[in-house]
Amino acid sequence: MDNAATVPLSDVAADALTTAMRKIGNASSVHNFGRAVRKGVEDAREELAHLVGCGPTEVIFTGSGTEANNLAIKGFYWTRRAENPQRTIIVASAFEHHAVLDPIEWLVEHEGAEQVLIPVTDAGVIDIEFLRTFVAANRERIALIAVMHSNNELGTIQPIADVVAIAGDIPVHSDAVQSFGKVPFDFANLGLTSATISAHKIGGPLGVAALILQRGLDVTPVLHGGGQERDIRSGTINAPAIIAFVAAARDSIGHLNERASAINELREYLISRITREIPAALINAASGAHLPGIVNVTFPGTESDAVLLLLDSHDIAASAGSACSAGVPRPSHVLMAMGRSEADADASIRFSLGTINTKADIDILMTVLPDVVAKASKKVSA
Amino acid sequence: MKLVAAMSGGVDSAVAAARVAEAGHEVIGVHLALSSNPQKYRSGARGCCTIEDSHDARRAADVIGIPFYIWDMAEEFHEGVVENFMAEYANGRTPNPCLRCNEKIKFAAVLERAKALGFDGVVTGHYAQMRETEPGRTMHRAVDPAKDQSYVLAVLNTEQLSGAYFPLGDTVKDEVRIEAKKRGLYVANKPDSHDICFVPSGDNAGWLRERLGSEVGEIVDESGKKLGEHKGAYTYTIGQRKGLGITVPAAGGEPRYVLKIEPKTNTVVVGSKEALAISHIDGEKPIWCGPVPVAATDYRGFAQIRAHGSPLACTYRHDGEHISVDLDEPLFGLATGQGLVIYDGDRVVGSATVSSTL
Repeated sequence: MDNAATVPLSDVAADALTTAMRKIGNASSVHNFGRAVRKGVEDAREELAHLVGCGPTEVIFTGSGTEANNLAIKGFYWTRRAENPQRTIIVASAFEHHAVLDPIEWLVEHEGAEQVLIPVTDAGVIDIEFLRTFVAANRERIALIAVMHSNNELGTIQPIADVVAIAGDIPVHSDAVQSFGKVPFDFANLGLTSATISAHKIGGPLGVAALILQRGLDVTPVLHGGGQERDIRSGTINAPAIIAFVAAARDSIGHLNERASAINELREYLISRITREIPAALINAASGAHLPGIVNVTFPGTESDAVLLLLDSHDIAASAGSACSAGVPRPSHVLMAMGRSEADADASIRFSLGTINTKADIDILMTVLPDVVAKASKKVSA
Repeated sequence: MKLVAAMSGGVDSAVAAARVAEAGHEVIGVHLALSSNPQKYRSGARGCCTIEDSHDARRAADVIGIPFYIWDMAEEFHEGVVENFMAEYANGRTPNPCLRCNEKIKFAAVLERAKALGFDGVVTGHYAQMRETEPGRTMHRAVDPAKDQSYVLAVLNTEQLSGAYFPLGDTVKDEVRIEAKKRGLYVANKPDSHDICFVPSGDNAGWLRERLGSEVGEIVDESGKKLGEHKGAYTYTIGQRKGLGITVPAAGGEPRYVLKIEPKTNTVVVGSKEALAISHIDGEKPIWCGPVPVAATDYRGFAQIRAHGSPLACTYRHDGEHISVDLDEPLFGLATGQGLVIYDGDRVVGSATVSSTL
């Protein structure tokens, strides 16, 4: 029940990957072999563009979602500041993924950027009025705005169209890694400047993602080299992974509605069982527009790492917050951004359901969860 | 049994975990994060608290085939070990933080958490032996005298002892390394850890100076005559000879030793080796590592006052609050705050913190 972390490689993606991996040729070579591989990549790019709602030239393949976010954040910052040295403010929601928050922090530490975080309401959505007021007062000084399409720990979908409307001509980047392939996502309709999508969250292979970047806009590259991907992302094109990514995207979006409604049903079943059987539990940001599978729950008085350890001993996978580079668990910055105490943030678990889950899985979980929560009470705090 | 193996990332705890897992126990590996700001790499021969060490521990757990988790004990470690370390030095005493860590963290906070989560005990790579005897479990020196760690474990009371497992006590270190290699554990050749894990540079005096200030004070002889100056009395320890920086030679030319540290006046008293000699030790807060000796009764045994110090033949007795020790031969240089451990042959009787000497 940790599908937001990653999901198994889908059969269609595995088939596409193994077929493509047996083909010879570097997509950038001029000869016949290279051209054949390139054709596969460009077919995939066109199809992905269609699925994302953008033009084919607007798809920049990268090696990970983190890389795409770094490219957007740093690239826009450098370009926009070069155009006007006053533009040093980066506005981002307080509960962005670390792949967005950390490049911003790096720019603050090394490149003179200023970070402004948009507060998050108790419902798990950004405070849009804060953004409106702040942008109105500081428009000239803002380099870019970054708001995730949906939050990875809560599943709440963010009002991106409103953000874009407020931003006007300020670039808006959206990390859509959790949304793409699971809920409707249309790049052009939303009016975004850039967005990040990733393969392994939707049944594609690891090691491939994309930055969707509005045509005609320049971002300063992070990687320099062979000039691939419109000179924005150098590095040999990972043709097999790209082709498999698009096969997974086709599969996900082709079945989006039926899968979303099935997973949503599981989500509601899980919420109803937890609320009924563990009365002290609090479901976080449960209402409003939502990703299908995510249930974030606080078990007051527990420590999430103890809950996860005990669930793991029953072979049940879930997750909590994030860990530092040495693997030390940290209280969720997402829940803290929502105004929860450190203790409550530390007592919260994310279950993320996916196509692999069934009602029987939830029944199994519920045979152990009340006992696990009771054991993982505060007296075992680490 | 269900056991938590504390894994530092070193070879000993890896082999200890492997042995209990192989013996058929249900084992999980746990790496204790003791610093909230871990360093990236090991520097010198320190163990724990780096990203590299937590990686090594995880890798060892994966090779052994046991689940692995990281437990954040940074706050408990800071409060129970680091702050105590500073406070003791500030009071002119010489603490042993490894003893405190075993007492407050590994066999207290970790053992309690393990028990609350349904485990029976904690396994570590310490070198000490356990024996099940009629009155209960007892702890004994390891077979490898060079690695024996019974001294730093003598702070375990009988309840803690009943939840502690030391699978390496019957093995010499060289064999542990060979076994690690056979088991495919790449930490087989990782150097042993020394020094104090939270003092990255190994420069104890510098570390203390940064935190306790470096107020200049006097170095005097036993008559009170000023011989020199120092930058913080707490950076000295009783019996210390080197690094006193005294330019005035003693009358007879014999070396001088630190005799006394007076934190209130920030004064260090030095004198001859003879003046260091003591034959009586009082220890406070006794902890019994097995059967409690009858109070107010004289026993023959051995006192040890350093991790790798020699056992000193003695007569000891206790009154519940204190252990008092009469040494057969005088001892030169013992600081208050040090751990006093009593042995009966190779069995650990108990421990106390040195409170005064005579």
